[in-house]
Amino acid sequence: MNDQELKELARKLREAVPPMGEPELRRDLWPDLLQKMNEPHLRVPWYDWLLLAASGLAAVLFPSLIPALLYHL
Amino acid sequence: MDLLKRFAAGDLDAFESLFRQHQGAVYRWIVRIVRDPAIAEDLTVETLWRAYKAHARFRPDGNFEAWLRRIGTNAALDHLRSKPAFVVLPDDIAAGPTPDVAEQNESRAAIRTALASLPARLRIVVQLGLIEEEPYCTIGNSLGISESAVKLRMFRAVRILRKKLRHWSARP
Repeated sequence: MNDQELKELARKLREAVPPMGEPELRRDLWPDLLQKMNEPHLRVPWYDWLLLAASGLAAVLFPSLIPALLYHL
Repeated sequence: MDLLKRFAAGDLDAFESLFRQHQGAVYRWIVRIVRDPAIAEDLTVETLWRAYKAHARFRPDGNFEAWLRRIGTNAALDHLRSKPAFVVLPDDIAAGPTPDVAEQNESRAAIRTALASLPARLRIVVQLGLIEEEPYCTIGNSLGISESAVKLRMFRAVRILRKKLRHWSARP
């Protein structure tokens, strides 16, 4: 593709997807950052805990499953 | 001690000053990639949060703005990868009454679909290079790749776009 064709493609792209230009930020984001800082750093979903508990229970009740569980980790 | 040195040492007040100085520039960069103001605001916060967490890795003699832009580009790329669908622009919906306008809208929609189907690492190069007309060296710095690597990605992206849009250009 030569420069002319590239310019033509760029023109078509800009018609379909107009440039954003220099949009201004509408508000101060510092309060959002403070909120993010105060969020707990690690959240483990409840179903992960359930899966862990089920795996642990299976390992205790059926030790022969341990190799299979390890294989799937 | 200057602001960047204090930031690198983990000073929260220094970070707040830098945050307020740079949030607008980070937002403007990210919104060009994700094309959605609300998402760009979230990613701006995420970018500056990632920067704060990585303060110890920042060298005070380095370019803070370029460093932020790189973190922001990575955050925006993560977003594009997790959410490949493109934002539908208003003129998709407002089809004109004449066949010419309808065909033009159809053609533009096809271009948007083709662009949205590109892998994120190629799409970002097309958006920043061809649509926003950012210099290749700036794009390269923000992606952590060389200018020639940007040209190579552009070449690949354009080849895919042309292939996808071939039937539109073949129309009478």
